[in-house]
Amino acid sequence: MRRLILLGGLFGALYMALKLLGLAGLINDYWQRVLDQALITTIGALGLSIIYGFAGQFSLGHAAFYGIGAYTAGIIGKVWGHGSLAYFLLALLAGVLTTGLIAFLLGIPILRLRSDYLGIATLGFGVIVRVALENSNRLYPPLGGATGMTGIPQVANFDWIFWFAVGTLVLVCNLVTSSYGRAWLSIREDEMAADALGIDTTRYKILAFVLGCCLAGLAGGLYAYRYPYLHPSSFDFLKSFDFLLIVVLGGLGSISGTVVTAICWVFLLEGLRIILGQAFVDWRGIIYAVILIVTILLRPQGLFSGKEWRLLFPSLDQGNRTWGKEGKHAPFRG
Amino acid sequence: MPLLEVRDLCKDFGGLRAVANFHLKMEKGEIVGLIGPNGAGKTTVFNLITGLIPPTSGSIIFQGENLVGLPPYKIAARGVARTFQNIRLFKDMSVLDNVRAVLQLHNGYRFWDAALHSPRFAKKEGRILARAMELLEVMNLVSRSRDPAGSLPYGDQRRLEIARALALEPQLLLLDEPAAGMNPREVASLTELIRFIKEKFQLTVLVIEHQMGLVMNLCERIVVMDFGEIIAEGTPHEISNNPVVLEAYLGKGAVISRC
Repeated sequence: MRRLILLGGLFGALYMALKLLGLAGLINDYWQRVLDQALITTIGALGLSIIYGFAGQFSLGHAAFYGIGAYTAGIIGKVWGHGSLAYFLLALLAGVLTTGLIAFLLGIPILRLRSDYLGIATLGFGVIVRVALENSNRLYPPLGGATGMTGIPQVANFDWIFWFAVGTLVLVCNLVTSSYGRAWLSIREDEMAADALGIDTTRYKILAFVLGCCLAGLAGGLYAYRYPYLHPSSFDFLKSFDFLLIVVLGGLGSISGTVVTAICWVFLLEGLRIILGQAFVDWRGIIYAVILIVTILLRPQGLFSGKEWRLLFPSLDQGNRTWGKEGKHAPFRG
Repeated sequence: MPLLEVRDLCKDFGGLRAVANFHLKMEKGEIVGLIGPNGAGKTTVFNLITGLIPPTSGSIIFQGENLVGLPPYKIAARGVARTFQNIRLFKDMSVLDNVRAVLQLHNGYRFWDAALHSPRFAKKEGRILARAMELLEVMNLVSRSRDPAGSLPYGDQRRLEIARALALEPQLLLLDEPAAGMNPREVASLTELIRFIKEKFQLTVLVIEHQMGLVMNLCERIVVMDFGEIIAEGTPHEISNNPVVLEAYLGKGAVISRC
């Protein structure tokens, strides 16, 4: 309960501060878009954090699920939506469920694979989705195909995106501190031992994958309703790589790290665009690579290396407090 | 009815018969030793019993139910826990979470309880924490409960692996070379520990070990394997005087001088 009030207060204050900055004209439309993109990226990255950071399942196709969520939610808004709020929420839900269903169907066969092989399979899936989106107009013209999709009502504003991000963050924090999180970690650490010690590894791997992809779908849906133009190239391998970088740089198994890195990453991308100027925008690729190499050399365990902010994780403080000296159970003395 | 009855168990790896016609009957509360030279197929027997690899033929009856064909996690849930020859802890998780991860079997809360940290979640988690700390207390690991499991000294890691296995509340505990790499004092301490937990948790124990001190001291009955087959069975005394066993270990014509 104390935690609920603390968290509510903290995020409420943050929300108010950002709103006030916006009203005072300190955040212009451009930076507001960047901020929203950062929050959307955070939601997607938290999904991959569950899949790779916690359950240890190497996925190179995260952006494909982000794209499926965006296109599913988007097409509903474009064809039937007319910008009402109910349709927006329904479309988001449809995006999440579609993504989850596809992740489930894909996960059953491919989650048997380990590390590199799983990476290749998910990479292949990413390519399939991109090609499918590029040719989607043959199937259903409003999807736009290679020319991209426009005409989705722009219903998602900062308020919606902010609170969806907070909700996602709390949900993910709660899950990873529960028996679900421990089961995921045990699979990442040693799948065979987990299996032999009674953890249904298949079930927990599929759960992690579906849940993580659902969050990517949610992020995609929000993206579709925030930015007026969807294009298959926004959801290709490079975007998957972005998510992967965020999770790895933040530190595998660290929620705080994922959030901080996701936000910094998006602002860095936009910041570099300004610093480098229009002529050198493509040089950003070099700078990312340098950042990645330097970080991996200096901090291979990632920025947060599995550590967390205590506020988000009350259960970390339990453990030793009530235990120790009483000796209710005679310890073994050999 | 015996707790565990293994009949005609065979395992082929390609053309190699790793385990041939293995049989074993264990009554509740027994401690049985499984010994044999390297490569005799002892760990393979453990892997077969815990379902990590499927047998080529044979049956494994545990509490009247055939375990063959069940996935490992279901076998574990029925009360068969094990440790590993090369320690397989969840290294980057805390000592406490190593035990709690296994206790999740008995969690009894659902996905939404976990997602929202509902009151039911808090109650059950409290119970899980208490149970985990009990086990760590028994193993003298409470003071290290927050440290990553991989940072513990070797002996503590062995004990943590046993604590983690006990978290399953098993009927049958399979220990795969628990004394590997230990000095004689540590082996003596481990022998006492195994006796202690066997009484405290009413276990039946099957132990693979090369340290004869531990096996001879602890086990009521010993099964000796060589090249995948059982070559001898009996009490520690019978085994240590069996010429076939001496031959398997030391070569033909070897004699152990008693001092």
